Amino acid sequence: MEAVLKTETAPAAGGRSLGIVETRKYTFAGPLLLESGEILGPVTLAYETYGKLNREKSNAILVLHALSGDAHAAGLHRGEKVPGWWDAMIGPGKPFDTDRYFVICSNVIGGCKGSTGPASVEPRTGKPYGTAFPFITIADMVLAQRHLIDFLAIDRLLCVAGGSMGGMQALQWVASYPERVRSAIPIATALKHSPQQIAFNEVIRQSIMADPAWRGGDYYETGQPEKGLSVARMIGHITFMSEKSMEEKFSRRLKNDRLGFDFGADFEVEGYLRYRGANFVKRFDANSYLYITKALDYFDLSGGRLIAGKGVDTRFLVLSFQSDWLYPSHQSQEIVRQLKRKRVDATYCELKSTWGHDAFLVELEGQTTLIRHFLERTYLGKENGNGNHR
Amino acid sequence: METIDNDIRPDHRVIFDWIDPGARVLDLGCGGGELIDLLSREKDARVQGIELDEQAIYECVRKGLSVCQGDIETGLAEYPDRCFDYVILNQSLQEVRKASFLLREALRVGERAIVGFPNFAHIGARVSLFFGGRAPMTPSLPYRWYDTPNVRFLSIGDFRGVCAEMGFAVEKAAFLNGQKAITFWPNLRALSAIFLLSLPDDRAHAGERTAEGPGTKSER
Repeated sequence: MEAVLKTETAPAAGGRSLGIVETRKYTFAGPLLLESGEILGPVTLAYETYGKLNREKSNAILVLHALSGDAHAAGLHRGEKVPGWWDAMIGPGKPFDTDRYFVICSNVIGGCKGSTGPASVEPRTGKPYGTAFPFITIADMVLAQRHLIDFLAIDRLLCVAGGSMGGMQALQWVASYPERVRSAIPIATALKHSPQQIAFNEVIRQSIMADPAWRGGDYYETGQPEKGLSVARMIGHITFMSEKSMEEKFSRRLKNDRLGFDFGADFEVEGYLRYRGANFVKRFDANSYLYITKALDYFDLSGGRLIAGKGVDTRFLVLSFQSDWLYPSHQSQEIVRQLKRKRVDATYCELKSTWGHDAFLVELEGQTTLIRHFLERTYLGKENGNGNHR
Repeated sequence: METIDNDIRPDHRVIFDWIDPGARVLDLGCGGGELIDLLSREKDARVQGIELDEQAIYECVRKGLSVCQGDIETGLAEYPDRCFDYVILNQSLQEVRKASFLLREALRVGERAIVGFPNFAHIGARVSLFFGGRAPMTPSLPYRWYDTPNVRFLSIGDFRGVCAEMGFAVEKAAFLNGQKAITFWPNLRALSAIFLLSLPDDRAHAGERTAEGPGTKSER
């Protein structure tokens, strides 16, 4: 999810901007053996880095984006006015302090922001993959990221951090490569999707596929299924907000002073959703939305799969938000329960917020304090507080 | 310990002295983490807290401590047996509804439990109830009846009773009246008490105990 409300909130976190940044690309032959059994290659990952890797290579942090995010986590692209999606948190003097840490963010495979995905050209046919793109999972995204981290010659990440789908990737990093992760910050996320979350994603997919312009995924010459994709995004935006934040933002205010007695957008909330939907189709590929929502639904690290082995010494900071009903706090508490069972060092806090799921991008104060000190302790502390250490 | 401040809270001082260096410690209701921070820095203990208040959690994380937000009555369920050397339950037992359950849980996840509580049978409380006819207020029970967070009112005698009933061994006990340690007639003279408890070997595993009955001891 992009920083929906970013322009409307003050940058409470403090710190300075990174200034102009650039997206780079790393292509490797692979092929990646995917969880489905299919293979994918060559693979390109779009990524950005901020700050400097220290000589011991002990200060690298991998930041992981949500469903519709990209590699552009912070700073400004030349000629653009809107900064990266987590700009409030990443930069000199910010919680992910680039004066101290080396921060990496890469676009997931299956995405459409520079990494290999369904809109990429399939080498054998010379045409976009479309639905010939193999199904990818959160573990596959993490596998691809591991190639990037290998390429950057980083043995052990100081931290993996992200919200929502980014939180799932953070959890998957620990599940797949615990020895390569010193700490993890999963925010507003879950070990698995509930039937309710799967149901929303299914409606989202159906609205894309019901658009005749989708053409079974083969629309790259004829144009996006704009109607379907925009409805899909409107559904998403409803789930990102809380009843209270919608009341505060829109109430029942009218766009024009009177009811129209037609099917136009009478209420501000309708106008907002239409605007969000219309904007989204300009920047996001419908097939990517289908593939990535499927990856979210397939994700399941419950039943002891998060910490499979013994002696995992990754430290955790687990965060959730009070009004988030898409990824409710009890799902984060389930993560914490898993960690306690395996004696893994964990800190957990449910932060006060009325922003719903959007909170992880806009409710900065609590996150700022907790993340800053948690990272500092992980970076400076030789060993961790509890559980499997020493 | 010469290294630590003299202005450390007297109850913290008692608990601090009881805990072995390098121990694994869980503090239930750890507040801003003052005690576990001290234990971590001065005794090299591996510490963890459980706390409900969000601001107190920020304070803990600022100190570099690991703390999980949660209710101490339910927050122990996921911990494996005996995964801590000490479980501290200081000045929170009286705020807990399922007090005996919590004590048993503390001695399941911890080898030992350290329990501190205000003494309801202090002479001041007795006097105010007996002569004043009013619900007692003392320095360790400073609340009015209508705004107290306390839901359990117990004396040192009551606590000894529950230990005997539940088969907890009292390894150590300390009784305080402000800065002063009390040795004679603590149930009358002490404002608060701190106990170091353990389960005798044959009672170490609550599940087995009820299943196997009194024959367990010979097997160990």
